[in-house]
Amino acid sequence: MITAIVVHDGDNVATALEAIEAGQTVSAGPARLTAIDAIPRGHKIALRDIAAGAAVVKYGSPIGTASSPIAAGAHVHTHNVASARGRGDLHAAPRSPDIGIP
Amino acid sequence: MTSGPAFLGYARADGTVGTRNHVLVVPTVICSAVVAERIAAAIAPVGAALPHLAGCGQIGPDLTVTHETLAAYARHPNVGAVIVVALGCEQVVAQQIADAARHAGRPAHIVSIQGEGGTLRATARGIEIARELAASLDSVERSWCPASSLVLSVKCGGSDYTSGLASNPAVGRLADTLVDLGGAVVLGEIAEIMGAEHLLAARASTPATGAQLLRVISRVEAEAMALGVDIRGTQPSPGNIRGGLTTIEEKSLGATHKAGERTRLEDVVGYAAPIAKRGLTVMDTPGLDVESVTGMVGGGAQIVVFTTGLGTPTGNPIAPVIKVTGNSRTAQTMADNIDVDVSGILTTGESFDVAARRLFTEMLEVASGRPTAAERLGHREFAIYRRNPTI
Repeated sequence: MITAIVVHDGDNVATALEAIEAGQTVSAGPARLTAIDAIPRGHKIALRDIAAGAAVVKYGSPIGTASSPIAAGAHVHTHNVASARGRGDLHAAPRSPDIGIP
Repeated sequence: MTSGPAFLGYARADGTVGTRNHVLVVPTVICSAVVAERIAAAIAPVGAALPHLAGCGQIGPDLTVTHETLAAYARHPNVGAVIVVALGCEQVVAQQIADAARHAGRPAHIVSIQGEGGTLRATARGIEIARELAASLDSVERSWCPASSLVLSVKCGGSDYTSGLASNPAVGRLADTLVDLGGAVVLGEIAEIMGAEHLLAARASTPATGAQLLRVISRVEAEAMALGVDIRGTQPSPGNIRGGLTTIEEKSLGATHKAGERTRLEDVVGYAAPIAKRGLTVMDTPGLDVESVTGMVGGGAQIVVFTTGLGTPTGNPIAPVIKVTGNSRTAQTMADNIDVDVSGILTTGESFDVAARRLFTEMLEVASGRPTAAERLGHREFAIYRRNPTI
């Protein structure tokens, strides 16, 4: 069986130590679940359903929020997790410095 | 002789201890960098140059940082003697760099390209001085010095999922051990604390130190956000993202493990500023690996332990950089660049404590003179943090 590491009891994602194919059974801490997506080596799998806007938790701390609903067994990465930090794209109007000769 | 863990180091007149004994060749400005590199190369491997892009056209804080970083290297415990290579018309003052070395009890000489009359004469004069200095350093013996005299820089770069799960927690236990012995540890890369600052601030020895950490992180985040773009793509980098890291919060939570699991945060200092306290210090450096290591070594770190998941080759001109990976594939595919493989934590169940003990032994052996992979391969990368425009 493929193993995924759960770092902290409160985490809702685990890290795949080897590539996982969709449909494979995954052992993650005390849990067993079925992958519904292919999970590349080193990427994360959802341990349970995560609602859009809810915190994605690893190391016992939030690593971002779900940008869409995430089902248990799904691949969790940049396509469905938004960072809450350094989001200049959301909070600041871009400055447009003059570069070159007007 | 000393009781407790020790290494063979260079005990300096100013009370510091070096792990190396370089003749440092410092160009004051980009214009004298090539001459400085040729002088250092003539006495390799004891010669170490600091080629950099600055020293002129700088204004305000950037000029100060360039000056202070070069001066910090000139008085560094891993440096036994200094040659400053000036052009003659630049902003950085050669005399001040040389004085920094002399005040720390190291011999220092100045060679000016305009003063000597061109590249060839300046290079020849520099090499003549360099050979004399190298010969004088040759007779300096190492002696037993306590591990507590070490300032260890902890760093990660080319991170992937193994960094936070294996190598960084192992290095964190090394950091805890060194601090227990009375040593010092420095963590940089402010952007890579973003999302994990609550854990470090909770370990601050005073509320003021915790507040200072949060202020520095807020400043860096505000600077990034003022550019109007998402930090993702830079933090984490494209390679980090391919390696499984989704957000800066995830990267930071994995990265801060390397600063220990329980050491108290004693101080927060500016770029390349002296690391004055034992225990854990956070330094205000960018996340870019070479600028970060350059700053922490400038602050007085005599040795660097650098974890990497994807593999990265960089070193430092004067401090040994020990590369550690928790990725079994990287340990094989980039074997040239890796000093310690701790991938067994994920593949064979090696415990963090056992891995940390191996790292401690490696650290003392390298501190005693054994070359690292980066030193053997000639990796001597050096870059000074720049925040202002060139004028």
